[in-house]
Amino acid sequence: MNKQRLFLFIPLAIFVLLGVLFWRGLSLDPNEMPSALLNKPVPAFDLPVLPAPENPQGLVSANQDMLKGKVSLLNVWATWCTTCRQEHEFLNTLKAQGILIYGINYKDNAEDAQRWLAELHNPYVFSVVDEEGRLGLNLGVFGAPETYVIDKQGVIRYKHIGDVNQNVWTKVLDPIIKELQTQ
Amino acid sequence: MALDFVQLAPEMGQFALILSLCLSAALFVLPLVGAHYGSNVLMQSGRSLATGFFIFVSFAFCCLVYSFLHDDFSVKYVASNSNSLLPYYYKISAVWGGHEGSLLLWILMLAGWTFAVAIFSRSLPLDMQARVLAVMGFVAVGFLSFILFTSNPFDRILPIPPQDGSDLNPLLQDIGLIIHPPVLYMGYVGFSVVFAFAIAALLTGRLDSAWARWSRPWATMAWGFLSVGIALGSWWAYYELGWGGWWFWDPVENASFLPWLIGTALIHSLAVTEKRSLFKSWTILLAIFTFSLSLLGTFLVRSGVLTSVHAFANDPERGVFILGFFLVVVGGSLTLFALRAPVVKGSAGFNLLSRETFLLANNILLTIIMIMVLLGTLYPLVADALSLGKISVGPPYFNLFFLPLMGLLCLLMAFGPLSNWKRTTGLQLVNLLWKPWAISLVIGLVFPLIYRDKYEILAALTVFIASWIVTALLADLFYRLRNSDSFFAGLKKLSLSYFAMVVAHAGIAATTVGVGLTSIYTEQRDIRMEVGQKVTVVEYDFILNKLTHIDGPNYTAEEALITVMKDGKFLREMKPQKRRYLASGSTMTEVALDVSLFRDLYVAMGEPLTETAWAMRVHLKPFVRWIWLGALMMGFGAVLAVADKRYRKAIKQESPAVEVPVGKLVNE
Repeated sequence: MNKQRLFLFIPLAIFVLLGVLFWRGLSLDPNEMPSALLNKPVPAFDLPVLPAPENPQGLVSANQDMLKGKVSLLNVWATWCTTCRQEHEFLNTLKAQGILIYGINYKDNAEDAQRWLAELHNPYVFSVVDEEGRLGLNLGVFGAPETYVIDKQGVIRYKHIGDVNQNVWTKVLDPIIKELQTQ
Repeated sequence: MALDFVQLAPEMGQFALILSLCLSAALFVLPLVGAHYGSNVLMQSGRSLATGFFIFVSFAFCCLVYSFLHDDFSVKYVASNSNSLLPYYYKISAVWGGHEGSLLLWILMLAGWTFAVAIFSRSLPLDMQARVLAVMGFVAVGFLSFILFTSNPFDRILPIPPQDGSDLNPLLQDIGLIIHPPVLYMGYVGFSVVFAFAIAALLTGRLDSAWARWSRPWATMAWGFLSVGIALGSWWAYYELGWGGWWFWDPVENASFLPWLIGTALIHSLAVTEKRSLFKSWTILLAIFTFSLSLLGTFLVRSGVLTSVHAFANDPERGVFILGFFLVVVGGSLTLFALRAPVVKGSAGFNLLSRETFLLANNILLTIIMIMVLLGTLYPLVADALSLGKISVGPPYFNLFFLPLMGLLCLLMAFGPLSNWKRTTGLQLVNLLWKPWAISLVIGLVFPLIYRDKYEILAALTVFIASWIVTALLADLFYRLRNSDSFFAGLKKLSLSYFAMVVAHAGIAATTVGVGLTSIYTEQRDIRMEVGQKVTVVEYDFILNKLTHIDGPNYTAEEALITVMKDGKFLREMKPQKRRYLASGSTMTEVALDVSLFRDLYVAMGEPLTETAWAMRVHLKPFVRWIWLGALMMGFGAVLAVADKRYRKAIKQESPAVEVPVGKLVNE
């Protein structure tokens, strides 16, 4: 066969490769997916805080040290993210149970974000504005929503991709938080 | 009791569908066999079979329409998508309001295109024609089996049919939805013709410029339909969803945008293959990809995989069928491509600075954009499939690469029409283009100064790019007319396909202006409005006069009467509504619009707050109409291109009238 003909097999090869990857991906155990930042401190940041009446008095900007002290959740959200809207209500119930949730308002319009919180209630202690997505990049954010469990020393203990709902909460996040709180 | 037609229409429709399946199976097999053994009779059977296929599918479609018009709620599909209170025109459009019916519409379109190929390709060599029709038959077999085995629209609910239907989704009770799916599907399915031509060419090994000339009008037409179809969808979302957005980068929209992107690359690559006999394999590959993406779009939208991967896994019949068909089509055609596509011989016959290069750049950019959109569309699905949870990639991702790449594409777009085939000199381009560049730079820089108080650099960039496209087109036009006796005498000599290019490119410029300026200059107020209260948006005042209750045919509504004043003078009244549909109980926002070429006023009702106050959305959207105007221009361009007289003198080889002649056609 002509050598150059082999090049014409490239599209087919790519298609087959993608198919195999997708097929294998479907049969992989998702829990084995490692997170690069697991058991590492939250990356350093110094970002403005999204103005909201529920914020701590006079808080204008925040950094990674403010997440230390108590076990908390760090939630990546945005108004363009439709799943975040579904998740939001559950975050409100978590807040009512006394869970500390910090928000990262990811690549969003600050005005829209403020309106969103006013409309749907604010479950966050405060949200930092990550308009450029720098913090998201350092955290390795794929999209929104994502939620990180942060321990008392400000170290990332777990990363959940996708919405937090009752199921995820009782099966995964709540046990982790309970255990971290006893440490 | 004698059975009359009303009662039997669904059965007759179903029978017609089964017959069409048989006919399309014959259409797939017989002409292919004929072409292989050189039997004229078998090859000629393709045209008759295509006609029969079209007639029976049309009949089946009419049967479904008939069942809808006669409120035959014993048909499950009618019962779940219609209601006796629905006006007749919505009863007709409800035919494609659900999964089964839109699939039938898809097949009707396919039958229509197949029929059109049978009519308009008489001048083609018989074996080519037979193979093209056979490939269309193969696609038809796939979709007809799909509808008959997994999604039959004629299924009955017997013995006890419901008293009344559960109504058409109120979102779909709208003029936009009457016309959007047919036009969009015309585009989607139209690419099956180009695909069929590509496969037939691979089978025969006849990949010359004649092949490209035969496929070109079909590709252009499908592309025109798709452009207009996408625009209709965007227009519908704009006024019907009540958010004031016109593009959300959601997977359904992306599903239609992907074939458009690669189809745009295809129509340009086809031009090179026709005029210069280059990029042959690449053009074939693009034809395969365009149709594959149309199929992927159908799979994404129709398999339920978008709503939830888990719902898809629980009821996989439909999805697995389309996925299997998709694999057969893409895998099969890529294998055929690998075995039969022509190997490129020797060096390419064009300079670094030539029209070929610019068209190649167009192709590369469009392909990159397509891949990025595809990744952004599929990644959330893959994540969901891997149980990583539901996530959105969202507009930040898409805008990050789409805007710069599209900007670059638009900048380069101006060079294409002005450069020669084979080689062009830098000096020639500079001579022709320095004036358009300078003029556009001035227009771009000045526009934001006079339009609003605050200077927006991105607006300057948008206007610059758009005027660059248009002024370069004008420069090209004047250059072509430089030797004519008079302006109009010169215009007459130019071919229709040249004007087609001008109109379509200007359409891109218009859409660029629309997208850019709407995004930058939209003013929106989401506020609480009491009766008697006034809201000011730039130079417009909106006053809520009163709230009234209204009873419609199948809904009740709250209506706000809003007086709009411009600079203190009365402009018009606007009446947005919040509707509650009786059968389904769902609420809908009916937006009030004041439309003009340079701005839209947009008022939508949000939620009631008290007896006399509502949450309202008031938007001022400058240039939003230009988005869709541009798409219409693209569609019109496609019509002009296909109307060009050279396609009517089908076989006779003509020297291209459009281009400045440089050398002669080089055939490999």
